[in-house]
Amino acid sequence: MTDTLTPVLTDDWADDRAWTLEAYRTRGGYSVLEQALKTKPADLVEQVKDSGLRGRGGAGFPTGMKWSFIPQDNPKPKYLVVNADESEPGTCKDIPLMMASPHKLIEGVIIASHAIGAKHAFIYVRGEVLHVIRRLRAACREAYEAGLLGQDILGTGVNVDLVIHAGAGAYICGEETALLDSLEGLRGQPRLRPPFPAVEGLYACPTVINNVESIASVPSIVREGKDWFAGLGTEKSKGYVIYSLSGHVKTPGQYEAPLGITLRELIDLGGGMREGSELKFWTPGGSSTPLLTAEHLDIPLDYEGVGSVGSMLGTRALQIFDQTTSVVRCVLRWTEFYKHESCGKCTPCREGTFWLTQILQRLDSGQGQEGDIELLLDLCDNILGRSFCALGDGATSPITSAIQYFRDEFEAGMHTASHELFPPAASTLFKQEATV
Amino acid sequence: MTLSDTTIAELQELAGRYPQKRSALLPMLHLVQSAEGSVTTEGIERCAEILGISTAQVSGVATFYTMYKRRAMGEHHVGVCTNTLCAVMGGDEIFACLKDHLGVGNDETTEDGKITLEHIECNAACDYAPVMTVNWEFFDNQTPDSAVRLVDQLRAGETVQSTRGATITSWREAERVIAGFEDGLVDEGPAAGPASLVGLKIANERGWTAGMKPIAGTAKKAARKRPASKTAAVAEADTARAESETVDETKGDAS
Repeated sequence: MTDTLTPVLTDDWADDRAWTLEAYRTRGGYSVLEQALKTKPADLVEQVKDSGLRGRGGAGFPTGMKWSFIPQDNPKPKYLVVNADESEPGTCKDIPLMMASPHKLIEGVIIASHAIGAKHAFIYVRGEVLHVIRRLRAACREAYEAGLLGQDILGTGVNVDLVIHAGAGAYICGEETALLDSLEGLRGQPRLRPPFPAVEGLYACPTVINNVESIASVPSIVREGKDWFAGLGTEKSKGYVIYSLSGHVKTPGQYEAPLGITLRELIDLGGGMREGSELKFWTPGGSSTPLLTAEHLDIPLDYEGVGSVGSMLGTRALQIFDQTTSVVRCVLRWTEFYKHESCGKCTPCREGTFWLTQILQRLDSGQGQEGDIELLLDLCDNILGRSFCALGDGATSPITSAIQYFRDEFEAGMHTASHELFPPAASTLFKQEATV
Repeated sequence: MTLSDTTIAELQELAGRYPQKRSALLPMLHLVQSAEGSVTTEGIERCAEILGISTAQVSGVATFYTMYKRRAMGEHHVGVCTNTLCAVMGGDEIFACLKDHLGVGNDETTEDGKITLEHIECNAACDYAPVMTVNWEFFDNQTPDSAVRLVDQLRAGETVQSTRGATITSWREAERVIAGFEDGLVDEGPAAGPASLVGLKIANERGWTAGMKPIAGTAKKAARKRPASKTAAVAEADTARAESETVDETKGDAS
């Protein structure tokens, strides 16, 4: 019987000075590093493969399989790049992880680098999180000083250098090939695949790009064993993950649980919705995953469960909106975001998000025209799957799903502004404070 | 303004941190902003020179990323998240209120040169909505009142501490850390804010664990914060509900 919540990544976040090497060591941190570095790389890859760990950055690709794609007979250097550019609206798990427990990530980086034969690793962290960058830089320095990074780590003959690299404000750099371009000092624009990064990634060399949470899970798999990890979660979605609850709930925050918990369970754990709130719609994994409604409260939040109702697990960014919220206003704001963040490389995404915004703006202000809903759907149809990366696809998700569940609200946009139907003050937290 | 020899040496140092030096361009532009107050023409020329690329290539990068500023900035950068969730929870009202209070529009600087106000996109702190930032430090759970108080304190030069980070310095000093140079403030602030800990707290109260092996040897010191066993957790837990559920869990384990 597995417990409802299973703190692993979050277990030391309340510890005194958790971000220091000393605190991490008292929790058993780095205790299995030497053993891991003495393990044959291929065995480590097998271990992670067998654990069932799937990428925690949204796509859910099996991590061990990604590692195994690195051609070891390729004479070029291999690289590990950690995607710490957490920017998907609603997603807020990697930032607290790196702030509280940066060494957990660094230990994972060292083990993963050894597994894929990389002597150089990078953590690409978004630039707008100063204190997280401080904690990462200090942890990296401490690890070097303790001989945990650099040459001949712990006398095992393994060499790993790590660079903490801060971005400069661009959502698109969370897309792995745009991230690589950005890390090469270019504008962050996605690359056409193939070749995939495993063959030609950073500097056209074999590269693995993994999310923070995926890499930070690796030390626990090595320490506790693949069977322990695979014993958590559901049949095809193994292990534990961080669920991030935000919005109109009583207790927003981070909840670490085995894959497969339901939204109802998570909301109940925190004491339910805020006073007077009823669930209207929610995102399972950020704004790029199609919206769901109250009818989906009991689906298991694993890759398959969320997929079965036409959405995606994504980053478990559970943004909860109640009955006071205008879905048209929300969808407009997300679309403005995608328009702002589109890198401009592919025409359907660059032009499409611009047009979508214009139509949604008039619907939001009650100036919608006959046929606007069909026009939105037609535009989405012409963006989806027609660009290099998934940004454009993501931009269509909130629109098509919102029309599917709340078409009447879009129809109301032909004559009534969203702020008249749903006065924004009723949705805010401080309005709530004032009435209590 | 002319870039000092120290800054040029630091730009070169950044270029040396990477297997291929052009990778250092983003950090280098952060450092240029820190030294100059914005990405200046001279800064662009120096970066191009050090990396052996054209100024057009550097400009192309400097204009792509929103954190790079081509106009002189205020002493502090104040960001208000107006992405959907924060906007709905009150970010729109906070941003409107600050524009009014400071008498500036988006991406504009107050007359006294103290504050540049900007609405920002999701900054990965949604469980603390509505969120603001000052020089990219978090200010969690804001209201229009707290936001006005905050900018007034900044304009008055008072000491301000992030709700989940360090003492506020200045935008330029922050840019230096982002570029790659530590400022000694890492040990300020908590490991995690309250919302980051809600799941952990519930698990500890109810004695829920992931079933990991006990920490060997020296780890005992750290273990004091956690209940040693589920029975201990029952003793520590203060609600009847937690107690009954924990007992159930124990039964489950035995089977």
